[in-house]
Amino acid sequence: MSTTADHNEIAEAASSGASPQPPRARHDRNMRFRKVRDAFFYVLFVSSILVGIGALAVLLTDVFIDGFRFLDIGFLTSFPSRHPEESGIRAGLIGSLWVIGMTALFTIPIGVGAAIYLEEFAADNWLKRIIQLNIANLAGVPSIIYGLLGFAVFVTAFGLGRVVLAGALTLTLLVLPIVIIASQEAIKAVPDSFRAGGFALGATRWQVVKTIVLPQAIPGIMSGIILAMSRAIGESAPMIAISALVFLTFSPAGPFDRFTVMPIQIFNWAAEPNHDIQDVAASGIIVLLVVLLTMNAGAIYIRNKFQKRRE
Amino acid sequence: MWALRLAAFISVITTISIVVILIKESIPFFREIPIWDFLTGTSWTPNFVPANFGVLPLIGGTLLVAVIAGLTAVIFGLASAIFLSEYAPDKLRRIIKPILEILAGVPTVVYGFFALTFLSPQLQKIFPEMIVFNALSAGLVMGLMIMPMISTLSEDAMLAVPKSLRDGAYALGATKFEVAVKVVVPAALGGIVASFILALSRAIGETMIVTLAAGASPNLTFNPLESIQAMTAYIVQTTLGEAAHGSIQFQTIFAVGMVLFVMTLVMNIIGRIVVARWSEKYE
Repeated sequence: MSTTADHNEIAEAASSGASPQPPRARHDRNMRFRKVRDAFFYVLFVSSILVGIGALAVLLTDVFIDGFRFLDIGFLTSFPSRHPEESGIRAGLIGSLWVIGMTALFTIPIGVGAAIYLEEFAADNWLKRIIQLNIANLAGVPSIIYGLLGFAVFVTAFGLGRVVLAGALTLTLLVLPIVIIASQEAIKAVPDSFRAGGFALGATRWQVVKTIVLPQAIPGIMSGIILAMSRAIGESAPMIAISALVFLTFSPAGPFDRFTVMPIQIFNWAAEPNHDIQDVAASGIIVLLVVLLTMNAGAIYIRNKFQKRRE
Repeated sequence: MWALRLAAFISVITTISIVVILIKESIPFFREIPIWDFLTGTSWTPNFVPANFGVLPLIGGTLLVAVIAGLTAVIFGLASAIFLSEYAPDKLRRIIKPILEILAGVPTVVYGFFALTFLSPQLQKIFPEMIVFNALSAGLVMGLMIMPMISTLSEDAMLAVPKSLRDGAYALGATKFEVAVKVVVPAALGGIVASFILALSRAIGETMIVTLAAGASPNLTFNPLESIQAMTAYIVQTTLGEAAHGSIQFQTIFAVGMVLFVMTLVMNIIGRIVVARWSEKYE
């Protein structure tokens, strides 16, 4: 009863009953099979991960090979054109910056405010549970549905038209759940003893939130905001429903101008049957990925800086 | 204080607005086309004469792509999750996880581009009769997109399985693979199933991959080599098209949007119920 082999023989004998082979030989073969099976699946699991990572590498390589052809300073400063070498992403780049800037302007106060309310002020009752459930559900609503909502409410009912502001408001609703959930997590992570310390010094709840909880939660909140903005800048479907413009030869100068964004332009180029124009789409993707990468690098930098100060 | 409360209520207002808008904007459509004909019709030709408004080809197209994506993602995602949770040393896991999560952060239009300009031409070498717009390449690339979702959520579920269960199996002489597949995976099955449902719901709502790569031919088929049209792709096509605001063609996008909203909502709710049921077991 002391070795695992004994266990296996007992188990084997119990399950398979009488057998013409001596138990030891059968056990050895069985053990060899199990070891081979272990090795086989180990290789399979490792290759699954490699498939994922490899596919990402192929995707990026493909985009960079296709995209370098037309990528130059002119690409950033030109409007789209029928001629691939003259085409550029200027309208989309400036449009994206406008839309994302305004989205951040709306999302940060609303998202962080909602998280503060839910974590620090709201009573733990059915109403809070409904809001919480609702936020979780909103995070799973397909983005094109937000496009329909934004079109019907901001573009049509509010009469804004297909302008930057309507796009930004739509994206705000789309990414709010991300910001709220991330900010709530960050606020939850602040130990209760910190709050108790503040109250013991006679601070009001609002003072505790402002001077103790928020400074501690800022790195987590920042990560959530940047994550949300990265999501927003890559969104195509709802922006198509709002803007409906794919070929725009001017860039917006204010919140009430018509606009396009980088993903819409990339979509439009990629949908062209002409291979040269598809390569222009790849150039656009490189610009989009560089913007995304810069945002994420910024997020990591901010997080590190805040964390250092805290220590 | 009232401002904070309002901020929290905006999410509730958003949900109510989505439901109200989808119902209000599709009522004129359902006055013309009985809802039963819409839901059971097998022909979708809104721009032809006579026009047919049977949504099944769009639902079928969506599901065909989503099932291909789901199968791809569950095979590779689950295997990755087993490796990360049961085999990988901590250091390696901390390198691999962020790389896999990059996959979830790539904008969907990039995946659409990849499916259309890279994967489809490659697959055409294997299936020469396949046209460039097809359900297969859209589905495979979408599988790549939702794979990190399945692997992350499944891994979380597996990490939550108590160590004592593994130790018990090892003490009985089980090998590493047997512990992973016969003990940990069954114990984490709730979380794994939930991750699959949530990923499938994401696949159903995904827009740009199917718009770019799966085609624009509403086609009720189970053949992944054919061109189809997904619900989301139809909505995009119509918003970009010439359909006049207020015309029945334009109203269809809200009716189709309603089907899409209900499908994803139901799946998300089921996914969350599965998670809640399962997490009670160990806490």
